[in-house]
Amino acid sequence: MGKITLKSVRKSFGEVDVIPSIDLSIEDGEFVVFVGPSGCGKSTLLRLIAGLEDTTSGSIAIDGQDATDLPPAKRGLAMVFQSYALYPHMSVKKNIMFPLKMAGMDSAAAEARVANAAKILNLTNYLDRKPGQLSGGQRQRVAIGRAIVREPSAFLFDEPLSNLDAALRVNMRQEISELHQTLKTTMIYVTHDQVEAMTMADKIVVLNAGRIEQVGSPLDLYRSPANTFVAGFIGSPKMNLITGAEAAKHNAATIGIRPEHLDITADGPWQGVVGLSEHLGSDTFLKVAIPGMEPITVRAGGELNLRHGDKIGLAPQASKLHRFGADGKNFA
Amino acid sequence: MARKTTQTRKAFVTAIAWIIGFLIFFPILWTILMSFKSEGDAIKAPFAMLSSAWTLESYGEVQERSNYLRFFMNSVIISLGSTVLALVIAIPAAWSMAFVPGKRTKDLLMWMLSTKMMPAVGVLVPMYLMFRDFGLLDTRTGLVTILTLINLPIVVWMLYTYFKEIPGEILEAARMDGASLRSEILYVLTPMAVPGIASTMLLNIILAWNEAFWTLQLTTSDAAPLTQFIASYSSPEGLFYAKLSAASTMAIAPILILGWFSQKQLVRGLTFGAVK
Repeated sequence: MGKITLKSVRKSFGEVDVIPSIDLSIEDGEFVVFVGPSGCGKSTLLRLIAGLEDTTSGSIAIDGQDATDLPPAKRGLAMVFQSYALYPHMSVKKNIMFPLKMAGMDSAAAEARVANAAKILNLTNYLDRKPGQLSGGQRQRVAIGRAIVREPSAFLFDEPLSNLDAALRVNMRQEISELHQTLKTTMIYVTHDQVEAMTMADKIVVLNAGRIEQVGSPLDLYRSPANTFVAGFIGSPKMNLITGAEAAKHNAATIGIRPEHLDITADGPWQGVVGLSEHLGSDTFLKVAIPGMEPITVRAGGELNLRHGDKIGLAPQASKLHRFGADGKNFA
Repeated sequence: MARKTTQTRKAFVTAIAWIIGFLIFFPILWTILMSFKSEGDAIKAPFAMLSSAWTLESYGEVQERSNYLRFFMNSVIISLGSTVLALVIAIPAAWSMAFVPGKRTKDLLMWMLSTKMMPAVGVLVPMYLMFRDFGLLDTRTGLVTILTLINLPIVVWMLYTYFKEIPGEILEAARMDGASLRSEILYVLTPMAVPGIASTMLLNIILAWNEAFWTLQLTTSDAAPLTQFIASYSSPEGLFYAKLSAASTMAIAPILILGWFSQKQLVRGLTFGAVK
């Protein structure tokens, strides 16, 4: 079981309200990703759930039990840190076994659990090494192993992949997703990388300045962002947000159109000049300057023979156009 | 060409380093060589490296005239005692400064360090009077107390910088893993801090062993450590280079040996914080 409920949780450091008030419910077995720009309070929120920070007010319940004042050790959660936080003086085996030793488990049972975790994580050959002798990816796996053996009611991940190189990050991302499918345990994952959020989450919580901007499945957020912040944050490349006269034509303060929802047609309503073109093979990204509008990013499939200085016409797909009011909220 | 200049430069810098190293080591070498000369040779040509006859007679005389072992034991008790006491006070202090710093922690650390910038002579009279009134003159307790106090700022500072290097996340990980405060300290903190504590301890023993201002001012015989033993050979009755050197060699030998075997720890202790 791993249902976590936050009620009016507030956190302030001195006079600074990092998290003014948050209500959130995380269901058992869900993979929830907290995403937002740096300093939005996502890590603080995770640390509040972990018990590493005290809430200023509000309550946190785990499986229906009030855990607000419980120390971290008593919450039944396991955490994987950004820096891995392995114990440098212990071997891999002792690192993974540490939580079991703390729980007072007898050594035969503990050995069996460690062996099992090592097998799942491909660490069997490294059990006698010290963390310093491992690569970044292996260290990350040891940190995950240390979390798995406790059989916690939920896993907390604090930007676990940000110290890894790009290729390894993709691998580990998939491994964590597979792990979730195998264990079916609640996972809360903090990242600033919206690609990680989109690919891993059952439910994404978008945070900004300590407030929840929107909660929903990845595609919900993609299809119907609640406001300009979510619209700009979810999706890569970013959604084009256009203000001024062009937005007024649609009776909105801001209109948004994703780069992939723009058709290139010579007689399109938006006529502009290609400023920059990036050819990735599978896609071509164009930065287009249109008089009287913000620069527009266009994503065109495949190889496209357009260069700097070429004149093109763009037509936004009407059904994919988002309209936002002066307060930034989506009209739809 | 560029490579050649680098080589020349390297040789040049190495030579300079050797010269500086030799200059620093020279007084110790001189003392040791001198201690094996006869008193006559020593007076005749104090700076001659070699002697006509190597002899142990100075050592014999020094041992006959004064009880080396008593001075040695005093030095051991005073330096170990003050180090242990300083660590007992400094470890909790440095922990709290490193892991639960308050608003004034930085000021406090700077203030502690500032006490080391004051010349000791400046407080000699009040210290002497206090020692006299408390009956601490020429006692080991008195020396342990004062050496603890004068080295405490350095000990706290060293431990503080060392503890600062232990990432807080590791301690948090231990807490998440179900460790109580006791287990956290026992299984995670202490093993990680041991190298730092060890090098702090070593350095402090050396500092206390070599301390010559307070030990000379506040002792006469009962609690007199090896610094007093050396000083007693530069007396009004005249300078006896060979005997003075033999006494000095006997006084520095234990700490030199300790330093030699622990140099790796010491260098680490002195440079931590400088390199990650």
